[in-house]
Amino acid sequence: MTRSGGPAAPPTAPHRPDQLGAATRLTTGWQESSRAASLLRHTERYGPLPRRGSGRALIDAVGQAGLTGRGGAAFPTGTKLRSVASGRGTAVVVANGMESEPASEKDKALLARAPHLVLDGAVLAAGAVRADEVHLCLPRNREWLIAVIQDAVAERQRAGLDRVRIEIHDLPHHYVSSEESALVHWLNGGEAKPTATPPRPFERGVGQRPTLVDNVETLANIALIARFGPAWFRRAGLPDAPGTMLSTVSGAVTDPGVYEVEVGTPVGQVLAMSGARPDVDHVLIGGYFGSWHQIDQVASLPLAPAGLRAAGASPGAGVLLALPPDTCGLAETARVLTWLAGQGAGQCGPCAFGLPAIADDFTQIATGRLTGPALERLERRLGTVTGRGACRHPDGAVRFARSALTAFAADLKAHVSRRTCLAVRRSEARRPVLPIPRPLGMEVWQ
Amino acid sequence: MKHRLAVNPIACTGHGLCAEMLPELIRLDEWGFPIVSDRAIPHDLSPLARRAVRICPELALRLDPAAADRKVAAQ
Repeated sequence: MTRSGGPAAPPTAPHRPDQLGAATRLTTGWQESSRAASLLRHTERYGPLPRRGSGRALIDAVGQAGLTGRGGAAFPTGTKLRSVASGRGTAVVVANGMESEPASEKDKALLARAPHLVLDGAVLAAGAVRADEVHLCLPRNREWLIAVIQDAVAERQRAGLDRVRIEIHDLPHHYVSSEESALVHWLNGGEAKPTATPPRPFERGVGQRPTLVDNVETLANIALIARFGPAWFRRAGLPDAPGTMLSTVSGAVTDPGVYEVEVGTPVGQVLAMSGARPDVDHVLIGGYFGSWHQIDQVASLPLAPAGLRAAGASPGAGVLLALPPDTCGLAETARVLTWLAGQGAGQCGPCAFGLPAIADDFTQIATGRLTGPALERLERRLGTVTGRGACRHPDGAVRFARSALTAFAADLKAHVSRRTCLAVRRSEARRPVLPIPRPLGMEVWQ
Repeated sequence: MKHRLAVNPIACTGHGLCAEMLPELIRLDEWGFPIVSDRAIPHDLSPLARRAVRICPELALRLDPAAADRKVAAQ
């Protein structure tokens, strides 16, 4: 386990892979310095960018390693690489560093501290699918992060390291702008809004070429697999979900932050590492497209797709948020749903009309100011919008809302029958727990 | 080959003509946007389904190969 920040740890010599700790792969050296690792420091940690093992060999290695996407969907990376490589025309690589999930910090942390690991991965992936361009997409409002990456790219250019061109892009930061088709649409000169599929980016993406869109943590793992091989990669994690993952833990914990854990570490253990308060009852798993759970029902489950499925959860991009016990989960959910409703691209009717209606019903229940049978109406509406958008925005919001109705069933009963909740009164004076980004000011999508 | 109905949700603006043409497979939600059945179109409804596709002013309705015939997408 490594947390961003904290006391200094002894330096390691990680290009000998057995000296990388089981769960300090991506976060090697993060305890030493909170600044971005220079190219020299990066090379000391991980060894030089491997020249062998590109093309088909790297794709096979990634497949054997069992790496899956770390952006939330957990799709097998080897399969995606193979699809892009077998497409017609010269491919393109897009590194997704948008991280629009408000409760997640891990991509930002990774890019800020190990930019060269991500860039190595993007360049190696480009070699594997025979792409000649890498586009790194970052949120426009994180100027400091863009500056860090620009420095890193300039450093590589001075060293003559890469044969592919690396371009940095600053995109408008809406929740749906990090969706892969939105990145492609923006890179093609359009708005950062999702597009109807098919075609998917791996078929026809940037410049109509086969396009690999991968999350930056996924790419960093490719850089490790290229160096140390699939057998080494599988030394951490589960047989069906190998490796480590970055998890952002926040809420009622003493040490919020980004933790690197083996995939499959029990949820309760990750929460304990971060000093979760012992009286916490509920946890949000996977972010705002994720789900609420009673802690005793998920604490022993592995933070991995298969293990969480039984509970109806998914690790998503690794977000764990412990709800403070004196906070109303329904009120928190209502607040986030209202934000999510406003974060749609406004392109698809069921999402543009459905999510505000759902958020309104939910707010009525949370505040106890009901107009008509709000709960029945809400349940009916939750059943109608899933699967009816161009992207998964409505599906994610519905899942989040539904999980709250189950996890906070006792509170819900009190809200609907007595039309109020003690926690709301208390939490009205409190700072809201679930983070909501500041509005961008203007509705800029270009 | 069996087909099923599919909507391009970005193109659809909720005219609702499709649901009038083919209420057996298409109903409208409370905001007037179509909810289409994802099952294979029965043989006897096939001509109506094709007319519903043609009548859409936004060209938002289409016929896709039904599940059994659909190639499994790579992602």
